[in-house]
Amino acid sequence: MGVGITVERLNAFYGKTQALFDVNITVQANHATALIGPSGCGKSTFIRCLNRMHETIPEARVEGKVVIGDLSVYNGTSATQLRRRVGMVFQKPNPFPTMSIYDNVAAGLKLNGFRNRKQLDEVVHKSLHSSALWDEVKDHLHKKSGASLSGGQQQRLCIARALAVQPEVLLMDEPCSALDPISTGKIEELIFQLKEQYTIVIVTHNMQQAARVAEFTGFFLLGKMIEFDKTEKIFTNPSDKRTEDYVTGRFG
Amino acid sequence: MPDTNSNSEAGGIPQFGIPEISIPPISRRRRVTDHVMTGVAVLTVALVLLPLFAIFAYLVYKGIGSINLAFLTQTPKPVGEPGGGMANAIVGSMVILSIASLLGVPLGIGAGIFLSEYGRNRYGDIVRFVSDVLNGVPSIVIGIVAYGLVVMRQKHFSALAGGVALAIMMIPTIARTTEQMLLLVPQAIREAAYGLGVSRWRTTLSITLRTATSGVITGVMLAFARVAGETAPLLFTAFGNQFWNWKTDQPTAALSLQIFTYAISPFDEWHRQAWAGALVLIVLIVSAVAAVRIAVKHGTLAGA
Repeated sequence: MGVGITVERLNAFYGKTQALFDVNITVQANHATALIGPSGCGKSTFIRCLNRMHETIPEARVEGKVVIGDLSVYNGTSATQLRRRVGMVFQKPNPFPTMSIYDNVAAGLKLNGFRNRKQLDEVVHKSLHSSALWDEVKDHLHKKSGASLSGGQQQRLCIARALAVQPEVLLMDEPCSALDPISTGKIEELIFQLKEQYTIVIVTHNMQQAARVAEFTGFFLLGKMIEFDKTEKIFTNPSDKRTEDYVTGRFG
Repeated sequence: MPDTNSNSEAGGIPQFGIPEISIPPISRRRRVTDHVMTGVAVLTVALVLLPLFAIFAYLVYKGIGSINLAFLTQTPKPVGEPGGGMANAIVGSMVILSIASLLGVPLGIGAGIFLSEYGRNRYGDIVRFVSDVLNGVPSIVIGIVAYGLVVMRQKHFSALAGGVALAIMMIPTIARTTEQMLLLVPQAIREAAYGLGVSRWRTTLSITLRTATSGVITGVMLAFARVAGETAPLLFTAFGNQFWNWKTDQPTAALSLQIFTYAISPFDEWHRQAWAGALVLIVLIVSAVAAVRIAVKHGTLAGA
């Protein structure tokens, strides 16, 4: 089951440049939350702070408090432990090119020392089913490389890979930006089903997409969270003028 | 005449502020230059490959006559006695190269991993510099180092000492190519593994290194082929041996040493055998490299 996320006064930096300013947000468990805003506004930086991916960049650092479920992210939790519970899907599909489809999905478990063959088979099967990829790849699970699939299939493979480690939260950083409308539709459908079991935070440039998949939406501008509310409210009756300008297409 | 028409169309949208320009059609001079440069490129390839084929053809011509079963199965005969072979040197070379690879490959790859994954700083720069200098140290000097490190301590020459000398020569090449190959692995692949809760060292070994395998192996093969024919570092480490020896702590024969000894001798029979030894050495190196390549290709998945 998913867990909620609480973020208090989050500030993020790249060297001397500050990318996020005092972000506060509460994400509901088992719901999809969309983050929108123009390029460079800090959406990706924010989502990467939630699973401490931000700090893999040299000279990047974070201040503030993030709590995911009962886990205090920046206080005594190891990044590795945290990331097993907070999965991530990236903007560009990034399957492991030298691994078979099966091994790609099993990678998270195998590399963490999980060896039970039978259970692995089951997890791979279920994860590929959940990501709506099973029927397309079931005949060459072991024969084909993950990189041999099409872009949309690769992205669903990456989602299956993230689901296989059974996270509580799934972070998606513009998961459809490199995909065609059909693949995008499949992944949106998927998000709809997944949020029954996972808490989903999705960054997107596509406002229709936010409106379709998310119950809550946050609007970022220049590193600040301008407005956070029910999706319906953000798109029909936002409280802030800047949000209104953005969602009606007057800038950005 | 499509190339002139499309230009006038492209110039017909002045509202974007793109000035109207006329791109000339591809001239005869450029087409000629194109063909000439392609010819030059092909020519340089031929020039590069020519010495290789010339050497190989000449070795076959001079050496093939002396290769027979005795050459591949017997030890050298004393001066004046015809026949005999280099079997002990063939095996000795394999032993010394195995020791060199066992020591040099893990150390070289380890250093390469450090440089790429942990050495993007001043310490890495120092290691890189030292490694490049080591690459340029004359091989005979490396032999002296191995002499001091191993032979002086053991009090006699050995295959181990020869292996250590060759390993030292392999390390910088392997380290630098491994570093370059690991740097080519996209950061996104590492992030994918981090995102699954895989620790950094596991990611490096099981994801990054694995993704770069074919490139790393190319580096290892380059280093291997380079030291396989080395003679100078073996002169006072492995030393050579006219008889069978299976102990790695005793003086051991090597093909390159045997070729050297026979080639500077005054006997025609030995000269012929030196040619044959050189041919066997080249064939061994080529088959070792080819075998590894085939093995790697066999383990690669479709579409990878």
